[in-house]
Amino acid sequence: MSQPIITMNKVNKWYGEFHVLRDIELSVSKGERIVVCGPSGSGKSTLIRCINRLEEHQAGSIKVDGIELTDDVKNIEQIRREVGMVFQHFNLFPHLTVLENCCLGPIWVRKMPRAEAEEIAMKYLKRVRIPEQANKYPGQLSGGQQQRVAIARSLCMNPKIMLFDEPTSALDPEMVKEVLDVMIGLAEDGGMTMLCVTHEMGFARSVAHRVIFMDRGQIIEQNDPETFFHNPQNERTKLFLSQILAH
Amino acid sequence: MTAAADADLIPARRPPSSETGAVGWIRHNLFSGWFNTIVTIIAAFVAYKVIVGALSYTIFNAVWTGTPQTCQDMLGKGACWLAVEDRYRFILFGPFDYDQQWRGGLVIALFCVMVALSAIRRLWGRNLIIAWVAMLAVVLWLMHGGLGLKVVDTSKWGGLPLTLLLAFAGIIFAFPLGIVLALGRRSNMPAIKALCVAYIELIRGVPLISVLFMASVMFPLFLPENITIDKVLRAQVGIILFTAAYTAEAIRGGLQAVPKGQYEAADALGLGYWRKMSLIVLPQALKISIPSIVNNFISTLKDTSLVTIIALYDLLNTSKIAFNEPQWRSFFFDGFLVAGLIYFVFCFSISRISIKIERVLDVGHKRR
Amino acid sequence: MATSHDSASLTVKPTVPWYRDRNARAIAFQIIALSAVILLGWYLVSNTMHNMATRNIATGWGFLGLEAGFGISEHVISYTPADTYGRAIVVGFLNTIKVAVIGIILATIIGVVVGLARLSSNWLVARMATVYVEALRNVPLLLQLIIWYGLIIAMPGPRQAVQMMPGVFLTGRGVYYPSIESEPVHTWMAVLFVVGILLTWAYSRWAKRRQDETGKAAPLLLPAIGFIIGLPLLIWLIAGAPLTLGLPELKGFNFAGGSVLSPEFAAMVVGLSTYTGAFIAEVVRSGIQAVSHGQSEAARALGLRPMLVTRLVVFPQSLRVIVPPLTSQYLNLTKNSSLAVAIGYPDLVSTGNTALNQTGQAVECIAIIMGVYLAISLAISLFMNWYNKHIALVER
Repeated sequence: MSQPIITMNKVNKWYGEFHVLRDIELSVSKGERIVVCGPSGSGKSTLIRCINRLEEHQAGSIKVDGIELTDDVKNIEQIRREVGMVFQHFNLFPHLTVLENCCLGPIWVRKMPRAEAEEIAMKYLKRVRIPEQANKYPGQLSGGQQQRVAIARSLCMNPKIMLFDEPTSALDPEMVKEVLDVMIGLAEDGGMTMLCVTHEMGFARSVAHRVIFMDRGQIIEQNDPETFFHNPQNERTKLFLSQILAH
Repeated sequence: MTAAADADLIPARRPPSSETGAVGWIRHNLFSGWFNTIVTIIAAFVAYKVIVGALSYTIFNAVWTGTPQTCQDMLGKGACWLAVEDRYRFILFGPFDYDQQWRGGLVIALFCVMVALSAIRRLWGRNLIIAWVAMLAVVLWLMHGGLGLKVVDTSKWGGLPLTLLLAFAGIIFAFPLGIVLALGRRSNMPAIKALCVAYIELIRGVPLISVLFMASVMFPLFLPENITIDKVLRAQVGIILFTAAYTAEAIRGGLQAVPKGQYEAADALGLGYWRKMSLIVLPQALKISIPSIVNNFISTLKDTSLVTIIALYDLLNTSKIAFNEPQWRSFFFDGFLVAGLIYFVFCFSISRISIKIERVLDVGHKRR
Repeated sequence: MATSHDSASLTVKPTVPWYRDRNARAIAFQIIALSAVILLGWYLVSNTMHNMATRNIATGWGFLGLEAGFGISEHVISYTPADTYGRAIVVGFLNTIKVAVIGIILATIIGVVVGLARLSSNWLVARMATVYVEALRNVPLLLQLIIWYGLIIAMPGPRQAVQMMPGVFLTGRGVYYPSIESEPVHTWMAVLFVVGILLTWAYSRWAKRRQDETGKAAPLLLPAIGFIIGLPLLIWLIAGAPLTLGLPELKGFNFAGGSVLSPEFAAMVVGLSTYTGAFIAEVVRSGIQAVSHGQSEAARALGLRPMLVTRLVVFPQSLRVIVPPLTSQYLNLTKNSSLAVAIGYPDLVSTGNTALNQTGQAVECIAIIMGVYLAISLAISLFMNWYNKHIALVER
């Protein structure tokens, strides 16, 4: 891994009086894959949502791909073009077909001709293994299929960084595997920087370069998966791991 | 677990002062960005003008004591509360016998108490419904008289008691009719369904005023010559028929929202149609449709003002006529102000109660 | 082991006594219900016929051809007291349509502005919008109409008229405003207005094609304004910018020249649009809030600018939620225009009521009034059903 593509420096965020992110220091290298875990309310979703400015930080600095994240609209737009996000509840646009969902970004943000955008969309829909659903509407698909479309939609923008906010938490158990397989496939193709908030520890073990544990708004521990799971240093980490790995 | 595990590695801090407290709030909500700042300044100016104007008209420049001439001097600048002091009895009670007007006051108090009690969830149940019906009987006795009270003819009923009576009796009697219509509309029997649909769509397609005209002008024609119906009763029946159609739609929404599984479970148990409805379906459906019904009621309360057009002395009419005397004629606006305030207090309070009920029942919110 | 049934045993069904058979019961019940309704109807009708006869009231629609004998203060088509009742009712109907259409347009504008204001992040603006909505929704419309009417006619006479803008005077007799004399160039302007609309449509198709092919998006708003407004403006300027305003001028005790909005019409329009605007504001607000937050987040995460987020993602979805209750409000406004009878604006109910009082034919007149409103309601319902089917989200 090489130069950092994301740096977070003494980042702090408050919701009103509630201190949700405390003195976050984080450096993510290009091509690195990170899994963020922690109890609910620990601020892990907030952390990655700050990276594409869906949340604003009030103190500290965040740099993405060399661009500083401020209120500057131009910076935000540039960053969002390079950062793709997959949401827990998919957030597909129900009034557009699957194909249109995927072409929206390329046409309106990257200003591509329609034919080119559709070509790219079909390529990624094949990649997530549902090219035959291209002309269906999101309401006609299962949860697992919708989430795969959501992943394809983000990939169509050709981002350098992919953020995943609990991508499988809203899925029925039998559909979790198909989405994780897509994410693993993405990792194995190499090159994509991925930040993933998830409870799927199997995924973390097989794919992540680094696992970060957060609690109460701060990074408690970060390590490579082997060390993290077999030799956790912090008491809190041990407690959390014992709770989620119990079954 | 050691104490170290529970100690925060980084303790929580307070946000920087520019983000919180009064300063932070003002910055975010009023002055974030130059466009917002301009808007705030303009809005604050407008609000200032309106508030100062309203306060000076109703309080500071208003005429509380003096003569009609004092009022005339302040016309347009200050409200003539003198006129209201002189005529408030007529505004509130209409042409009701002067010495019996305490009965009207009691009616108003009874309605207020019942509404307040109905907002308390713990009291809901069959007893509450019985209490409402009983209260309605008491109200009718107070308005009409007999059994120890002096009889007051309905032509003298007026003001707030008449408005409240028309509204509440309207919704109370429209309720059972609405249930029947809603059930009929969802029925599988084509004739029944057609009749109910025709009734509901006919009533909902025409303005209330035409129904009131029909009631006041055509009802006498519908009945044999020797039977006369009281004018207030005609209006009341018109309001009931009108409200029933809207109540039916609200209840139908509730019936649709009850999951199909409930109907099936009741059928599987062997319950007949009416048992199924009264024991299983309607209790759930009514609970879901209560917010809609309460919103219907607020509209009904406002709609009672239309009986002015068929010459009944409801609150709107009394406030219109109250200042017809030459000395108070110029101050018609202040009479309307009083009536408007009374309507507002009732409607706003009931809508607040409705929101509270919705939160308690955890259902959605619509309004006509 | 296979069993076979011979055809004879298949045709034997247990006989159910008719009074327990569900279908028979249903039919019997419906017959009873229908009979009861028909009997009731027959009873009412026969009473009515008898009562009308004893009071010497005519029946039938012949009265529509009789001379009306009453004047109507404002009319869209020509009318004199010598015209028939039928024409009088048509005049009333046209007045209803006039006030309803203008009311709907104004109410929509007010409603959208106030609804958006309620969602504004500016606390002061949001609170003021809330005050407006709650104040107007909790007071009867009739009271508001009477107040507006009372205030307008309490305005001073023409001699002390309040001048709101150059050429616009507010008096107790109405609102006087400049009328524009018709010029030959106006026809050309109208033609170019239509041409402008067609050009805008053609341009938007060309722009979309270009975007599909090359990815370059062309601006839409400015060219649209240019075509629709600029072209007529251009030809007006070329014609020498002729503008003869008929200015209302005070001559003696009254204004001469210009046009006037009657106090009744003004009160109806102001009252109806402010009242219905408050309800439309709530419809707009809940429609926009109904689009889940995640939708705009996903669109923003893709990098779409706020305007595009609104245009491509939020607006189409909120329109689905807004249109049904919006048309319901339009219908309410049209029905509420019937309150005109209380302040003397000659709408359908008002003229119908006068006809009723003069001829005594209550049944026919009320039937006409109800029939017309029913037709309007049905038309709007049909449109709504069509719209809902047309834009329904496709689901499993």
